[in-house]
Amino acid sequence: MKRKHKESLTSLAILSPSIITLAIFVYGFISRSVQISMLDWNTFASFMKKAREYVGLDNYYELFTEARFQTDLWNTLYFTIFFIVGCLAIGILLSLILNNKPKGGYIFQNLYLFPMAISFVVTGTVWRWIFSPGRLPADPRGINLLLSHLGLEKLQWSWFTSTFSFLHFNVALVAVIIAAVWQYSGYTMAMWLAGLRGIDEQLVEAARIDGASKWQIFTKILFPIQKPITLSAIIVLAHVSLKAFALIYAMTGSGPNNVTDIPAVYMFEATFRSNRYSTGSAIAIVLLMMVGLLIIPYLINSFKED
Amino acid sequence: MLLKKNIFIITLISLFLLFVFNFSVLAQGEVEVFSWWTGGGEEEGLNALIELFNQNYPEVEFINATVAGGAGSNAKAVLKTRMVGGNPPDSFQVHGGAELVNTYVETGMMEPITDLLEEWGVKDKFNQQILEMSSYEGEYYSIPVNVHRSNAMFYNKKLLAENNVEPPTDLVSFIDALAKLDQAGVVPLALGDTNKWPATQIFETLLVAHLGPEGYNGLWNGKTAADNSAIRAALVDFDKIMQYVNQDHSALTWQDATQLVQEDEAAFNIMGDWAEGYLKTLGWTPDQEFGWMPVPGTSGTFIVVTDTFGLPKDAPDPENAKKWLKTIASVEGQDTFNPIKGSIPARLDADKSKYDPYLTSAMNDFAEDTLSPSIAHGSAAPEGFITALNDTINAFITTGDVDQAFENFQKNHADYVE
Repeated sequence: MKRKHKESLTSLAILSPSIITLAIFVYGFISRSVQISMLDWNTFASFMKKAREYVGLDNYYELFTEARFQTDLWNTLYFTIFFIVGCLAIGILLSLILNNKPKGGYIFQNLYLFPMAISFVVTGTVWRWIFSPGRLPADPRGINLLLSHLGLEKLQWSWFTSTFSFLHFNVALVAVIIAAVWQYSGYTMAMWLAGLRGIDEQLVEAARIDGASKWQIFTKILFPIQKPITLSAIIVLAHVSLKAFALIYAMTGSGPNNVTDIPAVYMFEATFRSNRYSTGSAIAIVLLMMVGLLIIPYLINSFKED
Repeated sequence: MLLKKNIFIITLISLFLLFVFNFSVLAQGEVEVFSWWTGGGEEEGLNALIELFNQNYPEVEFINATVAGGAGSNAKAVLKTRMVGGNPPDSFQVHGGAELVNTYVETGMMEPITDLLEEWGVKDKFNQQILEMSSYEGEYYSIPVNVHRSNAMFYNKKLLAENNVEPPTDLVSFIDALAKLDQAGVVPLALGDTNKWPATQIFETLLVAHLGPEGYNGLWNGKTAADNSAIRAALVDFDKIMQYVNQDHSALTWQDATQLVQEDEAAFNIMGDWAEGYLKTLGWTPDQEFGWMPVPGTSGTFIVVTDTFGLPKDAPDPENAKKWLKTIASVEGQDTFNPIKGSIPARLDADKSKYDPYLTSAMNDFAEDTLSPSIAHGSAAPEGFITALNDTINAFITTGDVDQAFENFQKNHADYVE
């Protein structure tokens, strides 16, 4: 008993530095942000005076009535959905192909994973050049120029400068989604491939002997077994999509009429460009809650499994 | 043995000398000057200024604290953190006007420098209107080093001649010229507003065109109401002009847009006169390949973008900071920096022979015109208003909804200016 007590004390002592820093730098600052989001620090002067006048949820109320923030939320929703679906579809397809160990598969495996190792700022800048539309039809640039060389003028459009939207989906996001999917589908592929390599060959073999088609093998055997992996991938991808700040900032900015704006970009501009510290904190808290909405059910689920 | 002893003594003496020498340098101190001058032209200009400073004050070590990023977007955030955290530089670059007064003077972080200006006998050498922009309750707070004009318009002489278009004289003839060029298949007006402010800058020149300089200046001191119908008229004209910009404007930066003019693709470019420096970098000569004029409807007004330096209250080395301020306030300092940077001096007694034809003409206008502060570059209104107006104009370009934009303008004005 005594020894056990001593052991837990030792482990507490070893853990305490990280617990304390976590408490201060994560939870301390989160609560500070919550506090600021309920104050009226929306000019530099009020911020300097550190006036403690609480305005309750006014900042949140104003945010949700703002056209820009509403656009941001729709953009986040559509971006997240298409980003996750795109990464899963392409990633899983690649992993299935590579799992058959084609010739040179090892090279491709690394090739597909490679974009993930590059920072969003770098890829964003390059994608910006690629999707910069130029002036149609006289002077196309980037991918539009490629399309006209291929004789596919019909596929030319204004990419991320388009202001067209339907059902609140700004089609300019397509360009950003392509860039993001390109960068992160390799990640899904890697996770799925690791899982596939762990599946007993005999399972698939038995199904094949029983006459299962490839599609049946995938939907009835592989996908159910890989469900936890897929779920983890979705969680990681979802939170990447909420943090796509660097990609959007480097590639398109908030775009004409905010067609490619996301809350993180707005948060940066509100806080550091216009001195609206309380509005910026409110956006940060909304983002935090969105991440929470995704992560908490996942955590509960994995605790149950343990 | 003797040799060893000698070496020991020599080492000791040289260490001692080194220490004394170091100490003497430290005793004279240093001066840390914060700016975002890292780009072409600006950096060379700053280096020339530093050289001048070192000649005059060889005992002071100059610490060049720069933060890169266009128009100071990153530097301003870093500076705020330092000022708020009680770690100010000895002097820092800031746009004169609201960006200085509203952010740092009203919050009591700056030292007035009126006495210094009088002591050095330079107060009446500056354009008084520009000193006024950085004053608060009767005291001056910063020294303007350079002046740019935001209501400048540059045009491709060849394209205008080919299409028989005369340089416009007012807004009506301007819009006619744009329409004529449009029919000829030329991009009438080059715009690159991926960073939003270039569009806001066009709008501010139209505000001046419709309100007049006094009316426009009155927007910032309460003499002009934000529901003035001239503002609506400016929005209507802005919407008309936007029909004639390159369709990929939201994918381009201002440099890309200026380059369209240089590549004979676009005829006009409304941009601050730093575009003149950029056109020269691209190999053009003023008055040969390109001409210039104030944005139609705004002649007689000089919309000012000025970089100034002030003295923070808790500067670690205020005496050396004053030496720096004295350097940049001198006619020598201003004539060292500005020809390289491609801007004009804030003093009116500078040596005109050092400046190119465009800058000389700008210097003449600067001495005679009414000065107005720029919104897009921080001089007219608090930073909150600028970003809000950027958003309003950005949305307006897409929607074309004049009434909504007018309403938003009034709301922005009520939220951040009044």
